[in-house]
Amino acid sequence: MPVILASQARYEYDVIVVGSGAAGGQTAYTLTMEGAKVLMLEAGRDYDPVKETPMFQTYGQAPLRGVTTPDKQNGFHDATVDGGWTMKDEPYTQVSEDPAKQFEWWRARMMGGRTNHWARNSLRYGPYDLKPYSRDGLGFDWPFTYEEIAPYYDKAEMLVGVYGENEGLENTPDSSPGVLQPAPAPRANELFAKKHMAPMGIPVIPIHRAVLTRRLDHENLPAKLHPGNPKAQRVLAKAMSERAACFFATPCHRGCSIRATYQSTTVHLPPALDTGNLDIVPNAMVREVTLDAKGLVNGVIYIDKVTGVECRAKARAVVLGASSYESVRLLLNSKSARFPQGLANSSGVLGRYIMDSVGASMIGQIPLMENLPLHNEDGAGGAHSYAPWWAYQDQLAGKLGFARGYHIEFGGGRGMPGMGTGAGLDKFTRGSYGLQFKQDVRRYFGSFMNFSGRGEMIPNEGSYCTLDPVVKDKWGIPVLRFSWQWSEHEMRQADHMAQTFRDIITAMGGKVLGPSGSRRRISEDQMIEKGGRVIHELGGARMGKDPLKSVTNQWCQTWDVPNLYLTDGASFVSSPDKNPTVTIMALAWRAAEHLLAEMKKGSF
Amino acid sequence: MNPHDHPRPDRRTAIKWMLTAAASVTLLDRGGLVAAPAAPGAVVSAAAAAPVVKGYGTDPVLNREYKPGDFWPLTFSDAQRRTAAALCAAIIPADDNAPSAASLGVHDFIDEWISSPYPDQHGDRVVVLEGLAWIDAESTRRFGKSLADLDPHQMASLCDDLCHVPDAKPEHVAGAKFFARFRDLTAGGFYTTPQGMKEAGYTGNLPLAEFKGPPLEVLQKLGLA
Repeated sequence: MPVILASQARYEYDVIVVGSGAAGGQTAYTLTMEGAKVLMLEAGRDYDPVKETPMFQTYGQAPLRGVTTPDKQNGFHDATVDGGWTMKDEPYTQVSEDPAKQFEWWRARMMGGRTNHWARNSLRYGPYDLKPYSRDGLGFDWPFTYEEIAPYYDKAEMLVGVYGENEGLENTPDSSPGVLQPAPAPRANELFAKKHMAPMGIPVIPIHRAVLTRRLDHENLPAKLHPGNPKAQRVLAKAMSERAACFFATPCHRGCSIRATYQSTTVHLPPALDTGNLDIVPNAMVREVTLDAKGLVNGVIYIDKVTGVECRAKARAVVLGASSYESVRLLLNSKSARFPQGLANSSGVLGRYIMDSVGASMIGQIPLMENLPLHNEDGAGGAHSYAPWWAYQDQLAGKLGFARGYHIEFGGGRGMPGMGTGAGLDKFTRGSYGLQFKQDVRRYFGSFMNFSGRGEMIPNEGSYCTLDPVVKDKWGIPVLRFSWQWSEHEMRQADHMAQTFRDIITAMGGKVLGPSGSRRRISEDQMIEKGGRVIHELGGARMGKDPLKSVTNQWCQTWDVPNLYLTDGASFVSSPDKNPTVTIMALAWRAAEHLLAEMKKGSF
Repeated sequence: MNPHDHPRPDRRTAIKWMLTAAASVTLLDRGGLVAAPAAPGAVVSAAAAAPVVKGYGTDPVLNREYKPGDFWPLTFSDAQRRTAAALCAAIIPADDNAPSAASLGVHDFIDEWISSPYPDQHGDRVVVLEGLAWIDAESTRRFGKSLADLDPHQMASLCDDLCHVPDAKPEHVAGAKFFARFRDLTAGGFYTTPQGMKEAGYTGNLPLAEFKGPPLEVLQKLGLA
């Protein structure tokens, strides 16, 4: 079974999966490998990274040298097509006109969703992250411990391939032995930053990223991942053998035609399709999840964007992995006599406690990095090193003025020249031109460093989404209206990031140039970026132990409707500083196993 | 504050305000530039009106090589193109390592840029078109010939007056701001070409079997070895 037209879909499946990204991809993978017949519905077009990725294209080959435009909002060569912060056919609205109280929503309407362009940073949540309320009295605890989900992190990492090292640092979990791929050698700027951050007590260690630094062990991993399932092992061995290792060129956010990085489209979907158990209908905009007389879901209604025709599909169970707030929106739009305020929303929690990561950044110019001997610094198309949060104990003792931590992502050196290369050098050169200007560009190119913080946001009452009472999208589906609130914890954390980055740049002997990207921030005089800008869209249907206060149980299964699961970030209880994708995959795998077991038991 | 004290302007009114604000900025800039002789303000402002054309859409083919004019029509007249090329060549001239920005067609890239249908480039359209007119007029006033016909010495004396905004004489400040922006555009256009990337010192975009990290001499220079 393949990627098909709506008209070719069968009428009934075991499971309908809405969305094809990290959540939908992992869910469909786990289900189909175990024999379930799955229909996946993706709102965007089919997309093939092997054929479509601009590998080795230079900015000079793109219109406008590849800069961001309203059509390609992360630059021309970014993998995202038909997506961005704003989409003509799919608006969303805000409660407030104050930028500080708005949420900006990045969407990617394409097969594989945001997994095609993500940063590939794959940091596990740690024991503190899952029990934040128990630790400091703020936010909420997750309904499981780290030990309960650690095996699923191992499985997800073995499946997708993650490079990194185990450093044994506080609340920065190691992977099990043999799971990680070797970390690539650090770049010059990473080693230089490490030297100057160490005296400040900030460790710089290899980051974990979903990029293959060597080919996957397709002879042994399949048996570890699918014991006792020879068909799954065979299918996975083939899929793994078709992935190449990174060749250390071209940025990962463009996607990867050699399948060295994790994208749902190159890692989850090919083996899932190969089982013969998966049908995928692209261009399928799901409008409603339908309920039967017994209170179980029995399928979905979707609009086939190719024909404009409304279609129905039926299944024994429905899994939403449409992106956190798209899944929330779908439930809010699935109203019935039984669920007048939205499907699976008897708790009233649906749409509440939405979260992003805290973001702030700073750029510096480092004289010692001027005129470095030429060498190729491309590396694995993203970070090799990062600094995990280092001040857990000071923070718990109340010494910092904000409750949760952040990690530091940073970069510098000579990346592929873009529109900014040589721009704005007048501050350093007194306005050279001619041969002197060329010499100045050679001198300064590669001497800039950028530091970005990614911090934990504590869920709050002021951050939520509801249906807009008036505005509808192109297909007549009511859209979301957002309200956002950064608390003092996040504001102070962002200021702490900025000060830390200034201190690091100064310690490196550099000049602090200021924060990058004023458009990203809530105002000119604030360091914190707008809600949604980090694109770690989480929460809105949190999981918990109490059906009165949460939408799903620990298995991502809704309390109200046992055959309805949410496997994207919607069920997230907190938003630790760590990038969420690998956790989405681990929890989706775990949820899919639970769903399989429930179906086997005949629970629905 | 009660939000009802200040009713939200409707969209049309808001757009009108924005356009008025944008126009006043343009007029200020032009005030400086029009001070030079023979800058035909009316003609320039008509030419500087933003083009009404479509962009490349949300789903262009990404792994293809594009050139200026592929998606939207260009703007420069022959005279403007000649002036832009002369200025590109003055900012990034040829040397033993690389050809000049002009010989790599960077002025055509700048034409693509200022002809863009997207709002981010509209400010540059005004700056560049008015700036080219002004600098050509200034060249004619000083030397009796257009910018493209200046000898290197004359070109340098003009560029020296414009190349650094904080050092510019009051009558040259607007011209210097144009020069600064044109230099940024020229640099972006040039250093993204294969020759420009090499010239800047970029040696990547090549597949490697292994990533070895920085060579010893780099580590030594950074005090890491």
